[in-house]
Amino acid sequence: MSDTDTIQPVNPVLAYLRQDRLPHIWCPGCGIGSTVNCFARALTESKLDLDKVAVVSGIGCTGRVAGYMNLDSFHTTHGRAIPFATGLKLGNPDLKVVVYSGDGDLFAIGGNHFVHAARRNMDLMVVCINNGTYGMTGGQVAPTTPLGATASTMPYGNFEPSFNLPFLAEACGAVYVARWTVFHVRQVIRSMKEALGKKGFCFIEILAPCPTLYSRRNKLGDGVDQVKYYKERSVIKDGADAREAGLTFQGDIVCGKFVDRERPTWLDAMNRHYSSVIQDYQGEGHAED
Amino acid sequence: MSETPAPKGKGTVFVRVEVCKGCSYCIDFCPAKCLAFSKEFNAKGYHYPVLAKPEACVGCDMCGLYCPDFAIFGIRVKDLEKAKTK
Repeated sequence: MSDTDTIQPVNPVLAYLRQDRLPHIWCPGCGIGSTVNCFARALTESKLDLDKVAVVSGIGCTGRVAGYMNLDSFHTTHGRAIPFATGLKLGNPDLKVVVYSGDGDLFAIGGNHFVHAARRNMDLMVVCINNGTYGMTGGQVAPTTPLGATASTMPYGNFEPSFNLPFLAEACGAVYVARWTVFHVRQVIRSMKEALGKKGFCFIEILAPCPTLYSRRNKLGDGVDQVKYYKERSVIKDGADAREAGLTFQGDIVCGKFVDRERPTWLDAMNRHYSSVIQDYQGEGHAED
Repeated sequence: MSETPAPKGKGTVFVRVEVCKGCSYCIDFCPAKCLAFSKEFNAKGYHYPVLAKPEACVGCDMCGLYCPDFAIFGIRVKDLEKAKTK
């Protein structure tokens, strides 16, 4: 044994994970683990008090993140991650609440909640891992499956137009909108750090490969081949028009920070409005105040 | 932990062999191209990464950023020595 082996430094990310639950269930080549890696490093760099950070997930492969993070976390029912997080934030406004979920959970069954949380500018950070399919249930077509891709419920190719998630988030009123892929690890860390420090509804979409159900069914190779496609075809355009950031099957991917603006959050707007219409109003958002 | 050779370059990597799933993210996206698959299998039957060119590794930790299984991470030799003196 050499000298370096006797020290055995530990992976810095392991401190953020519940190690009794590892190894995780994600397939070889799945990109969700890489985004968790980036999230842990963004938490380190943001220097937040980890007792004041909560992670909420819905159902799905990405929904498992809440169970693996060694933070206050909750694994809610399908699609209801944002309503739960809204309650958590309003019950304890000191918390930094992070919603970490997949595209099927946030935009199919939970689409309505996403739209309204963004409209109200609820102070949440929403991370959406977009793999373009329902990974956990067998590769059914999702609202984010690109046109022409094959899914288990679309064996002749998908003919439904898909959501353009950054445009949807911008149109609904999110104050921070960014899109990256699993290949852009450094940029993901930077975006997550910015969103952790920003007030209001922050949305980060991260494209990730689903090697088992999406790539294999579409004959796109393994997980790493999808990440190589992200490397080759992604175009970084900070401040680009989100309307032109739609995804096509194996086409160009517009990445970058689309929106970074200021709007009053729901709590600020409520306090301002009530202090102007109710004479002895002294609310801060706390129930006991 | 793997049998990481003594650092010859500016950095080195540590691999938790038993949790690696052989996705090859670290090998394909290493900026110094210093990693390669092992000849051996781990307990689950996957080939894990080994430092094939130890002199080329700069300890940039890109492998650690990409690894979806938290199995590998890179460290600079001077940081390693700092940890040793602690």
